[in-house]
Amino acid sequence: MGFPHKPHERETLVLSKHFGEQEAIGLDGWRKRGGYVALQKALSMTPAEIVAIVKESGLRGRGGAGFPTGVKWSFMKPGDGKPHYLCCNADESEPGTFKDREIMRWTPHSLVEGCAIGAYAIGAEVAYIYIRGEYTEALDKMNAACKEAYAAGILGTNAMGTGKTVHVYVHKGAGAYICGEETALMNSLEGRRGNPRIKPPFPAVAGLFGQPTTINNVETLVAVPHILNNGAEWYKKFGRPDNPKSTGTKLYSVCGNIQRPGNYEVPMGFPFKDFLYDLCGGPLPGRQFKAIIPGGISVPIQTREEAENSPMDYEGFVANGTMLGSGGVIVIDDAQNLVKQIARAARFFAHESCAQCTQCREGTAWTTKILERIVAGDGSHEDLETLLEIGENMTGKTICVLSDSCATPVASGLQKFRGDFEALIKKKKVHMVPAQVA
Amino acid sequence: MADVKMVNLTIEGRTVAVPDGTSILEAAKAAGVLIPHYCYHPGLPVAGVCRMCLVEVEKAPKLAPSCATSVAEGQVVHVHSEKALEARKGVLEMLLINHPLDCPICDQAGECELQDYTYQEGRAEGRYRDPKRFNPVEDFGGDVVYVANRCILCTRCVRFMDDVAHDPVLTVAERGDRALIGKFEGEDLTHPWAGNVIDLCPVGALLSKDSLNKARAWELDRSASVCPHCSQGCNMIVETRDNQVMRLRPRPNEAVNKYFMCDHGRLNYRWMNRQDRVDVPLVRQAGVLASADWEIALRAAAALLAGKRAFVLASPNLSNEALFLLGRLAKKTGGTGAFRVPQGAEAPLPGVEDLALRADRAANGRGAELLGFTRSETPLSGLGAGDVLIVADEELAQLDASGAAKAGAVIVIGTTLPAWARHAANVVLPIANCTEEEGTFTNLRGRVQRFLQAKAAPGVARPSYFVLGDLLAAAGEGSGFWTAGQTFDALAASVPAYAGLSYDGLGLRGAMTQGALAGASA
Repeated sequence: MGFPHKPHERETLVLSKHFGEQEAIGLDGWRKRGGYVALQKALSMTPAEIVAIVKESGLRGRGGAGFPTGVKWSFMKPGDGKPHYLCCNADESEPGTFKDREIMRWTPHSLVEGCAIGAYAIGAEVAYIYIRGEYTEALDKMNAACKEAYAAGILGTNAMGTGKTVHVYVHKGAGAYICGEETALMNSLEGRRGNPRIKPPFPAVAGLFGQPTTINNVETLVAVPHILNNGAEWYKKFGRPDNPKSTGTKLYSVCGNIQRPGNYEVPMGFPFKDFLYDLCGGPLPGRQFKAIIPGGISVPIQTREEAENSPMDYEGFVANGTMLGSGGVIVIDDAQNLVKQIARAARFFAHESCAQCTQCREGTAWTTKILERIVAGDGSHEDLETLLEIGENMTGKTICVLSDSCATPVASGLQKFRGDFEALIKKKKVHMVPAQVA
Repeated sequence: MADVKMVNLTIEGRTVAVPDGTSILEAAKAAGVLIPHYCYHPGLPVAGVCRMCLVEVEKAPKLAPSCATSVAEGQVVHVHSEKALEARKGVLEMLLINHPLDCPICDQAGECELQDYTYQEGRAEGRYRDPKRFNPVEDFGGDVVYVANRCILCTRCVRFMDDVAHDPVLTVAERGDRALIGKFEGEDLTHPWAGNVIDLCPVGALLSKDSLNKARAWELDRSASVCPHCSQGCNMIVETRDNQVMRLRPRPNEAVNKYFMCDHGRLNYRWMNRQDRVDVPLVRQAGVLASADWEIALRAAAALLAGKRAFVLASPNLSNEALFLLGRLAKKTGGTGAFRVPQGAEAPLPGVEDLALRADRAANGRGAELLGFTRSETPLSGLGAGDVLIVADEELAQLDASGAAKAGAVIVIGTTLPAWARHAANVVLPIANCTEEEGTFTNLRGRVQRFLQAKAAPGVARPSYFVLGDLLAAAGEGSGFWTAGQTFDALAASVPAYAGLSYDGLGLRGAMTQGALAGASA
C-alpha cells in the first residue's frame, strides 16, 4: 500500500512491503531486509536455471501485455556472439498508473537487484533502466541506489565477487508517453526520436543498438528476486486455484472518485468488488460508481456491474471485456459525464502520438476534436457514427498500439454509455443569433 | 552468383515467383499490380508509416503493410479485397482531413499521388467538420520550398537526406497532428543532390522554386533523355511546353543513377531554350556571311574541304553519331580531331555507389575518345597551317583562339554563332541541340545511352548526324546517314569498342561498350 497510507489487512505485501520505510531506501537498510540475497544466489546459478525457475513461476509481464517473462527470456539465445541487453521499462506514463514510481521511490535497490538478475539470466552484461522524465524523485533514488551498489561491489566487472560483469545504468527519458513502447524506448535510448519500430524484427533478434534485447517492466523485474528467494511454487500459490495462468501478486494504482486512492498489492484473482469497496473504501458519500477502467486509460471501460464480477487477473478481466493492462484503476462515479473523461483521454493520445502512422496522427486528433465539440454542445448524431468508424480505422492497422488505445475507450464508452453522449447532443448549444433590428 | 531462392505466391489471383526477401509490394509490381503507397520508395529505406499499402494476406490476423512484409511461399494476397480497400479508404480520408485541397493552385496537381489514389479508391466526400491545421510555407534553401499544409509526413525527404545524401538536415518536428517536416537550425537544403526531395515528395509539399507556378503537369510533354551536364549520364526526362524546356527530372535507371539526379543537371536547362541560335546555313560571300540554302552551304563546305586536310575541334557534348561522322570526315582528308572538357567540382551522392556529379562537365568525353578524338587542354594545338578547321558546336569560350588564324578556312557546325565565328567562319551549318535530336552518349563507364528528341529545332537547323551525313556525301564519302539509328549501326560496325551494339538494342536503359565490358570482367 502506497505511502502515506497504512496497508489494508487484506493486502498481500510482497513488492510493497517496505513502502514508506525511509531506511529501506539505502543499501544498508535494504540488506537488513534481505536485499541482494537473491542476486548472490542467482550469480551462482546458470542463466538457464534462472530462466527455468521464472518460467515455472508463471510470472507474466506487468507492463500491460502480460507476456510470460520466462518465455520472453528464453528467446535470448546464449552464446550467439552478440552483446545482449536488458531494458527496464520505467517510463510509466499510462494515465492512472503510478505503481512503478512507488517501487522506485521506496525500494530502488529491489529494482537494481531485479535488473541485475534479469541481465544475468539473458546473457547480458548491461541493463538500462529507462525512467520517465517527469519522475525526478524516482530518478534520484535510482541513481543513488546504483551508485551505492557499484561502491559496494554489487554491480560492476566483479559483481558480488563472482567475477561476473553486470552493469546497470539509469537513463532519464524526456517525457514522451510513446517512449514506453518497447521499440520507441530503444530508439530513445539510442538517442533517436522515440518512434516505434516496425516489427519484425522483434527486440529479441534486433533490439537496442541492433542487438538481441529483452525489455521488462519495473514490477516484473522486482518480482524476480522474491521468486528466486522463495521458489516458483511459493509464487504460484498467489492466484485463483481455477486459473493457473495468472500467478503472483499485482500492484494496482487506484485513482478517481473513490474514498481511498493509492497503491494496493493483492494476489491474482482477488475479487474486484471487494477491492473497490473494502480496500479502497467504496464511492464517495452519496455517490455511486458508474464506470471503472481497470488497467490504465487504454483498456476498455467497464460498467460497475461488469467490474464487480471481475476477478483481478489477466483472464478475469478479459472475460469481462477489458484487460488487466498496467493495473491503473480509474474510477468514475455517477456525478461525472463520461464524454468529458473520454475526451480528456483522447486529447492525451492526440498529444502523445508520435506522428508516424497516418491513422494515429490524424485519427487521434480528429477523435479529440469531435469529442470536444460534443462536450461543448455542438455535436450531432452523425458524429457518433463517425467516431466509431474512425476508431475502426485506427484499430490494428498501425505500427504500435497507441492508435488502438485511443480508439478503445471511445468505442467501449460509446457502446456502454451512449446515453451520456446523446444527452450532450440533445442539450445542443444555442448559437447566438443577432437580434433583428426593427 | 549463388542461386537465389525463389518464392511463389499469388497476388490478386496472379501467380508470381520472386526472390526470397522481396516485399509484397515489389512482388505485386512484378505481377503487374500496383499497391497504392506513399512512404515506400525503392530507393529509400522502408519506413512503413503511411499505412497506405495495407493488403489482406490470407491466414494473417491483421492487414499487412505490403512494403514492410516479406513474401512467403504459398502466400495469397488480396490487394482489392473489401477489407483492404476499406482500410486504404480510411487512410486516404485521414490524409485529407488536414490537407488544404488547394489542387487548383498546387504545382503537384496532375502528378500527385494523393490526388491519384483518392480518385482511385478514396471517399467521394469527407466527414471532417472541424478547423484544419495551418502552418506557414517555409523556404528550405536550395531549390526547395516546403508547403507544410499539404504534407502527408511520409518522411521520404527525411530518409533521402539521412540515408542517401548523408546530410541530415531534415527531420520530423513536433508530434501528433502538429507534426511537420522541420529543418535543423542554421542548416539548408544546399546539398548538391537535395533537389531530389522534390521528386520524391508524393504530394505538393516540397516544390521546386525554379518551376514554381510555371506550368501545369498536364500541359507538359515528356521525352526520355540523358543528362548532358556531366559524364555520369544520368537518365532524365525532358519536360517541355510550347517547344520550351520547362523542367528536367530524373528517369530511373538502376545501372546509372537509380532514381536521382543532381541539382546542377536539373537546373541547367535554360541553354536548351537559347534564343540566339543560328537557324539557317550561312556562307561567306564577298566577305559577308549570308544566309544560304542547305544545298549551297553543303556544296560550299565540301568545296573548302576538297584537297585539304581537315582538323576537327569537336564538343564533347555532341552525340556519338555526330562524332563518328566528324571522325570519318577528318580521316577522309587525312586530318585529326581534338576536344576539351570543361571542368567543375565533383559532387558524389554518398548513398548510391558510383553516382556523382562528375568533374567532367560534358556528356560524351568518353565517346569522343573512343571515336578517335584527342582530349586536350589546348585542343587547337593540332591544327596545321592551311588546314580546314571544322568547329563542331564548340564556342571556344575561355580558349586561346589565336591559333585558329592558321586555318586556311573555317567551317562552323553548331547551334550558335559566337562572335569570333562571325569574323572567321567561311560556312556555318546550323544543327539541333541534344533536346532537338536523337542520338547516343557514352558515359564515363562506357555505357551507351540513347536520348530522344524533346522539341523542334529552330529555323531550318537539322540534326547533327543528318548535316554531317550530307556533308560527307557532298565530299564524296558514302551516304545513308538519314537517321540516328542508321548512323549508330554504321558506327557499331566500324568502331571496335561499339561492336555488337545496335541502336534498337540499346533501348532506354543503354548498354555497355566492349572495352567497358572487358574492363568489368577483368
